[in-house]
Amino acid sequence: MSRLSQRPVDPIVGERHPHESAFGHVTGSALYTDDLVGRLTGVLHAYPVQSTVAHARLHSLDADGAYRVPGVVRVITAADIPGVNDQGVKHDEPMLPEDEIMFFGQPLAWVLAETLEAAKEGAAAVVAETEELASLVTVREAIAADSYHGEALTIDKGEVDSALADAAHVFEGEFEFAGQEHFYLETQACLAHVDENEQIFVQSSTQHPTETQDIISHVLGVPAHEVTVQCLRMGGGFGGKEMQPHGYAALAALGATLTGRPVRLRLDRTLDITMTGKRHGFHSSWKVGFTEEGKILALDASLTADGGWSLDLSEPVLTRAMCHIDNAYWVPNIRVNGRIAKCNKTSQTAFRGFGGPQGMLVMEDIIGRVAPKLGLSARELRRRNFYAEGQDTPYYQPVRHPERIGACWDQLISESDLEARELEIEAFNAGSEYLKRGLAITPVKFGISFNLTAFNQGGALVLVYKDGSVLVTHGGTEMGQGLHQKMLQVAATTLGVPLSTVRLAPTRTDKVPNTSATAASSGSDLNGGAVKDACDQILDRLKQVAAGLLGAPAHEVVISRGIVSALSSSKTVTWEELINTAYFQRIQLSASGFYRTEGLHWNLSQMRGEPFKYFAYGAAVSEVEVNRFDGSYTLRRVDIVHDVGDSLSPLIDLGQIEGGFVQGAGWLTLEDLRWDDSDRPSRGRLATQGASTYKIPSFSEAPEVFNVSLLDKAHEEGAVYGSKAVGEPPLMLAFSVREALREAVAAFGASDASVQLASPATPEAVFWAIEDVRSAAGGAPIRAAAEGQRVPS
Amino acid sequence: MSAVTTDTSGCRITVNGITRDLTGPTHTNALDFLRGQGLTAAKEGCAEGECGACAILIARPDSDGTTRWTSINSCLLPAAALDGQEVITAEGLADGETIHPVQEEMAVRGGSQCGYCTPGFICSMAAEYYRPERAEVRDEQTDHHCGANGFDLHALSGNLCRCTGYRPIRDAAFALGQPEEGDALAARRSRPAPEAVATDVHRTDTAGGELGRYRRPGTLTEAVEILAADSEAAVVAGSTDWGVEVNIKGARAKSVLAIDRLPELRGVRRTADFIELGAAHTLSELERELAGDIPLLGKLFPQFASRLIRNAATIGGNLGTGSPIGDAPPALLALEAELVLTSARGQRRVALSEYFTGYRQTVREPDELITAIRIPLPLAPLTSFQKIAKRRFDDISSVAIGYAVDVTDGIVTKARIGLGGVAATPLRARSTEARLEGLPWTLETVHAAAETLAAEGTPMDDHRASAKYRTAMLKSSLERFYAEQLGRTAATSKEVKS
Repeated sequence: MSRLSQRPVDPIVGERHPHESAFGHVTGSALYTDDLVGRLTGVLHAYPVQSTVAHARLHSLDADGAYRVPGVVRVITAADIPGVNDQGVKHDEPMLPEDEIMFFGQPLAWVLAETLEAAKEGAAAVVAETEELASLVTVREAIAADSYHGEALTIDKGEVDSALADAAHVFEGEFEFAGQEHFYLETQACLAHVDENEQIFVQSSTQHPTETQDIISHVLGVPAHEVTVQCLRMGGGFGGKEMQPHGYAALAALGATLTGRPVRLRLDRTLDITMTGKRHGFHSSWKVGFTEEGKILALDASLTADGGWSLDLSEPVLTRAMCHIDNAYWVPNIRVNGRIAKCNKTSQTAFRGFGGPQGMLVMEDIIGRVAPKLGLSARELRRRNFYAEGQDTPYYQPVRHPERIGACWDQLISESDLEARELEIEAFNAGSEYLKRGLAITPVKFGISFNLTAFNQGGALVLVYKDGSVLVTHGGTEMGQGLHQKMLQVAATTLGVPLSTVRLAPTRTDKVPNTSATAASSGSDLNGGAVKDACDQILDRLKQVAAGLLGAPAHEVVISRGIVSALSSSKTVTWEELINTAYFQRIQLSASGFYRTEGLHWNLSQMRGEPFKYFAYGAAVSEVEVNRFDGSYTLRRVDIVHDVGDSLSPLIDLGQIEGGFVQGAGWLTLEDLRWDDSDRPSRGRLATQGASTYKIPSFSEAPEVFNVSLLDKAHEEGAVYGSKAVGEPPLMLAFSVREALREAVAAFGASDASVQLASPATPEAVFWAIEDVRSAAGGAPIRAAAEGQRVPS
Repeated sequence: MSAVTTDTSGCRITVNGITRDLTGPTHTNALDFLRGQGLTAAKEGCAEGECGACAILIARPDSDGTTRWTSINSCLLPAAALDGQEVITAEGLADGETIHPVQEEMAVRGGSQCGYCTPGFICSMAAEYYRPERAEVRDEQTDHHCGANGFDLHALSGNLCRCTGYRPIRDAAFALGQPEEGDALAARRSRPAPEAVATDVHRTDTAGGELGRYRRPGTLTEAVEILAADSEAAVVAGSTDWGVEVNIKGARAKSVLAIDRLPELRGVRRTADFIELGAAHTLSELERELAGDIPLLGKLFPQFASRLIRNAATIGGNLGTGSPIGDAPPALLALEAELVLTSARGQRRVALSEYFTGYRQTVREPDELITAIRIPLPLAPLTSFQKIAKRRFDDISSVAIGYAVDVTDGIVTKARIGLGGVAATPLRARSTEARLEGLPWTLETVHAAAETLAAEGTPMDDHRASAKYRTAMLKSSLERFYAEQLGRTAATSKEVKS
């Protein structure tokens, strides 16, 4: 076993603990960025002037009206930016437009005022002179207009054309599916001021403090060492705070330097949802060949991501989508062409899964649609195509531990009593005219590491004070995922102290520099490796000290839960005694730790390499009941078996699995982003711009019965204390809900019905799918054809 | 800014046992007021009463003269509406170092992840924890919405969590016991709640010009007099609609008239000929006090928004907005409800079916208040409320349909059908009603009338549903009603095995 993955005796990792801030959450004492406003005086409030057209030439901005509003202090436009006017890293995303407006809702200028009310009034008084230009709102419009960001990417492995020509069964189709709004409960927020040392200090709700710092630095035209970014915690991130916070933080910092006063910028929900990027919707067309036995022989697919107005993270999102189109299935011959559509919408961005879900959805949709045509159950078709030992992915990475896919699957079939329930459902459906049930099982294989190798590094700073108390800072941010709790458990385990001895400080760029985003599920792997490294450095020094105290060789020294002992010594000393002694011996009691994931390589132009340290596996069974009258449904029961390696903190991991699943189910069933694609003046406007119109799952969508197990014997050699990443993979377990809906819809038709289902599968979409299968089966549909269906195929 | 003064003298709110003076402009909502006081547990998540992150507890009068801890969305309520009231926030539930049982269960069971929604959940859960009727139930009465401890999960229907998937929150809710001896909030219930106090908050510029005024008169007579003099005043009860106008659409009224606590507008009155619902009774109060006496409304209430909204929203307010997609009108149309409209000029009664005149237009004169809703007796025996929406809890309906049907000897003798979401106003499906009456109550009749019902209304496409879907919902509605009466679409989820 590697030193990284091996656990000591009686480790604190693996214990069940609640989130480290749980008691702060429930009492309200845990603070978020915008809770800090009242602690500063003289704070100015920022509010944007938003575009009311999707695409236009910006001729001028007249801010005189704003300055006539009492309380308005400053209007900020592009002309005020002293450094580089770019809130991204691709130089295609101006923080404020200079001459071209790219989407409906884009901020054109910001008003700073004594009160939020005055800032709003001021913003309403700014006049933009614009000239409307032709706009592209949908991915189909962008494809038709050949409007793309960057170059096409291609995965090409094996002999696709000849394999399709030889295949016993060939199917083709098309699938367009929607994106998703993050709907973190805490909207984007930051608070900037210039401190007594002329340091620009920005509190930001950001998953990527280093990049927030970098962008503030280039927008202001100052070196990075003049800017400090702190993230206390986030009220949810989900990828939506990986790139999106930067421009707002830079604006607030700019405002603070221009006015000399603290600037608070918090987007209300409407601003947040109309201005920030979302999960990419995609368009896909595909052709797939199967052998006589139902083995996938070849896949030829296009994936077009709906990128919005700027690149943002669309390239790596598309890359991950392309790298996950195989999901858990071996596709010996495969070609995937990927493009990023450029259109006049918010710039779509990272969202839990980061393209992986979109790639995998295409495959799961294909399997769900073609299984009846192959005369196989979807369950059997999936099982037949799982990866086996020795097979590799479309990008030539060998799939390590492929047997875990089948292990999850079999354990789940047994635990969920699946076969008996399939029979019960068949009996229920036979006796039920208006309600039908469906059940489906789907697998997940998800690659862990940033596709871009350089990002796979983490840093930490561990300080042991003279009294023995320990303060840990690391490069990762806390957004609810429990990273800090895991890091506490890692530090306590490595140092051998009780959990209560260790405290975590908020993430700050002046403690740990040059960090990667807390993203790609990698937070625990990268920062855990770094925290462990720092603790190991201190431990190695302390063992020498302890050897002297105990009269035993250093390699025998064991520190566990605050007691220092050695095999050949009858003495023990406490952690506090050891630290006190070490201090007087002038031993360094702090260390900065570093970790980089070894063994990764990736060639983007060839789409080839080993970008992932390992794969996370899982499987889920969902059972739904669908009502024929309106297409509404209930999620009756969900069972999950998921591979988290050896869990660092089981209660935290359970929460990630359940929460990810429900969020995925929301994306696939309920959450319905609607942009106005008409020719009305509101063209390009997001019609679902608040909680009253954009619905995320509530208690009524949560599974009525929800059973989650962790895969047994799941040690991961390549990660800290044998664990695996858990943030993103469970989201894709929710494919089982969509496939269960497909099964239930099919039960309204003939037994071999192939069901096409829109995504999201809202009640309306399910209703039309039912109408289609009833119509095909010669039933009495309420309407002859499903021309209202939004997603054609 | 110095040109503005706010006279809030005398407005005091007791928060977590400490009395504080009201501050800020008259449109300031309770959430911003609390956060301005440094009480930052309550959060803004949506500013329109949909997410519950801003939930707080208010001591409200119960029908028996005691106090009921009631959870509401603080983002929707004008702070001035709390004049003289007692409020508890998540900060105030913990007793020093001892945290509240609701907080304890949520914390140790993984009920919080990012924690941002958590204080709101805590308040909604605490309200249910202190619900006086909550008691242990028998095993067969438990399901995924009701714990063995009698906890009704609908109490949390207005709280959204994006992180947990809800299972640990449900477990926390179902693990709660009863309040222990010495629990101060439990003890507080036995004493009366604060009375509504007459409130008058002015905001003027230095020249004395009126910038904003919030008034809560003590009697109906005063209220209609104010309205007679100032017919532009925004009439506000639970503020669940007005609060959205203020927060999202930037509405700023020069004058707000609060009528939700007027004694004349409160309560349920029963006579031999009708049941009269006080217009300022909240949906939650009606749900409790009617206790199923009007079965159609009993079916409506659990589907009406969320508990947080029902705790504030009034039945009169749902009609006062004149919205075509309010959930109460289709049910009340089917019940042939009448509105009692009162002004300084007198009182009149208007049939609800004659009330709506256009999109958010009604026959109510600017100086009139809806003071009561009258439901004539006897009630039709067959009733149904069908709400079509994307989400089952707390969504706005795409289509809503209320049925009240009499069948005698197998023949439909009277049919009343109310529709919402299919035209500029709620409306009666009069052609369908006429078509059904006199026919046998059979599947054939239902099928024959389906096209007629589908042709009632002029539905539109929007982000909630397509026009085609709305029409299809009308078309399938009668068969659904018929099937429901035969018990063929009952939810059967209790059979789920775990």
